[in-house]
Amino acid sequence: MTKIFETPLYAYKRSKDQGAGAPIRHKVVIIGAGPVGLAMGIDLAQEGIETVIIDDNDKVSFGSRAICFAKRPLEILDRLGCGQPMVDKGVEWDVGKVFFDDREVYKFDLLPEEGHQRPAFVNLQQYYFEEYLVNRVRELEAAGAPIEIRGGNKVTAIGTHDDHVTLEIDTQEGSYNLEAEWLIPCDGAGSPTRKMLGLDFVGRVFEDNFLIADVIMEADFPTERWFWFDPPFNKGQSALLHKQPDGVWRIDLQLGWDIDKEEEKKPENVIPRLKAMLGDDVQFELEWVSIYTFQCRRMEAFRHGRVMFAGDAAHQVSPFGARGANSGLQDTDNLAWKLKLVMEGKAPDSLLDSYNAERVHGAEENILNSSRSTDFITPKSEMSRLLRDAVLDLSEHHEFARPLVNSGRLSVPCTYDGSPLNSSDALDGPARTRPGSACPDVPLGDDYLLPKLGGKFTLLTIDADAPDMVEEDGITVARLALSVKDDKSGALKARYMGDATSAVYLIRPDQHVAARRPNYDDNLFRAAIRRATGKE
Amino acid sequence: MTDLILTPNIDGADDFYAELLTAHDGLSKEDSDALNARLVLVLANHIGDRKAISQAIKTAKLGR
Repeated sequence: MTKIFETPLYAYKRSKDQGAGAPIRHKVVIIGAGPVGLAMGIDLAQEGIETVIIDDNDKVSFGSRAICFAKRPLEILDRLGCGQPMVDKGVEWDVGKVFFDDREVYKFDLLPEEGHQRPAFVNLQQYYFEEYLVNRVRELEAAGAPIEIRGGNKVTAIGTHDDHVTLEIDTQEGSYNLEAEWLIPCDGAGSPTRKMLGLDFVGRVFEDNFLIADVIMEADFPTERWFWFDPPFNKGQSALLHKQPDGVWRIDLQLGWDIDKEEEKKPENVIPRLKAMLGDDVQFELEWVSIYTFQCRRMEAFRHGRVMFAGDAAHQVSPFGARGANSGLQDTDNLAWKLKLVMEGKAPDSLLDSYNAERVHGAEENILNSSRSTDFITPKSEMSRLLRDAVLDLSEHHEFARPLVNSGRLSVPCTYDGSPLNSSDALDGPARTRPGSACPDVPLGDDYLLPKLGGKFTLLTIDADAPDMVEEDGITVARLALSVKDDKSGALKARYMGDATSAVYLIRPDQHVAARRPNYDDNLFRAAIRRATGKE
Repeated sequence: MTDLILTPNIDGADDFYAELLTAHDGLSKEDSDALNARLVLVLANHIGDRKAISQAIKTAKLGR
């Protein structure tokens, strides 16, 4: 059977730009057709912005790679018109088990909060994730949206100018030049673009190797996340077992620093390790094996004039917590609407600096969390290991120690506290919806709140009066009028009102809160709209 | 006299744990052990409650 990741999905085709007399100038060029580049392209093309995605390859991700997709990125994908296939195919899970040495120390249930359209997580191989994004690109193309993927196109040189970027691109038919008003490199942790521009990428190296094996097996393991600290089958190291669709299981084995990677990757060495873990009688087939090391680092600035980096190209984290692809999608969510307003002349160029401020803040949070998980999983000193083992020993019998066990703090959206786009909080409401927060979903009869917010500025009123439409300096804000009575579960009140009896929220196109007050005040909300678009 | 609290009682557990690890950064094993010993004494004094402290000692011995 040919796997989807072996099939060219955007094979090289000669484009009309090749052989054009002078370089053709495009609105936006994205480098890299991975999860982040594709999501970025879809977001812009849906808004009618002409976008070309360039990739030196022609296939989706080889091997499963990123497998755990969190609620917020799924909500973003809903806005991009392709959340449903991800959820339909993905495996949902709630239960995790933690093992220490030869025993199960405890079991947890994520107990996902009710009243959200999307689950807390789905497990889905990156190749499916990318395939569904490519399908969405094809759907948009067919509907006449200005988007194009150019496979087999490799960027070899970049020139930056005040009002555009020039690119030299290599193909099997030779090289050609093109220009872009804006360039968005999403070309991964090893970003060739970053290197071509001579930009920094500083952080912490972790001296460790992990073996990833995706195995196909007919096994009765439940759909749970199992994590072992110091198991008998991998002494002194860690292990992870996690289910993916199609009977594929992700197995992650820590190997330590001083190993021969090529040797360890050989099936004759991998298979005995897996048998020791799974038992001799379990039948399995290897789908993909890889060894990875990781670093936690980021660029000092994600924006460099007309070039805006997104995803792993801008920031890299350890895999614990699934904060890589998930945070990359939040980058695109943050950038798309800002770029659109700037391109349309409806917001000043400086609005794009807030992309840098907000997403650097997000990257810092992700790096902090994933570094802490890594330090717990692979203690760096004897005392660190003693404390870690003490936590695990106590966790077997005492609930208090369990929050200290850290095998990955799973990705949650970053709150942009202190963002220059926020207005000060004027509602005595819940902290989770303070300015800067990503809006939590709420059930509304047969529907949900987030699809109603969509991707435009919204004035959400809950038991409060306001004009149906506010227009401020080119920004149109439509009202969504709700009452706490619209949600019998009480989630709308709990998540957006708290003790308040009325509330008015200004919500950004990326569904983050910009401002909130108990009542509509024309002057103050107009100021909030200006602030949220970089005009104050 | 209160019972020893054995349910989660620290807000920001990850911050606490990181602070504890950071306190040990760069110390020799001997210095780290000494730090832990002083920390136990300081915390025990803060708790004050003899019954709670006795229960804590028993808990830390993992019932052995």
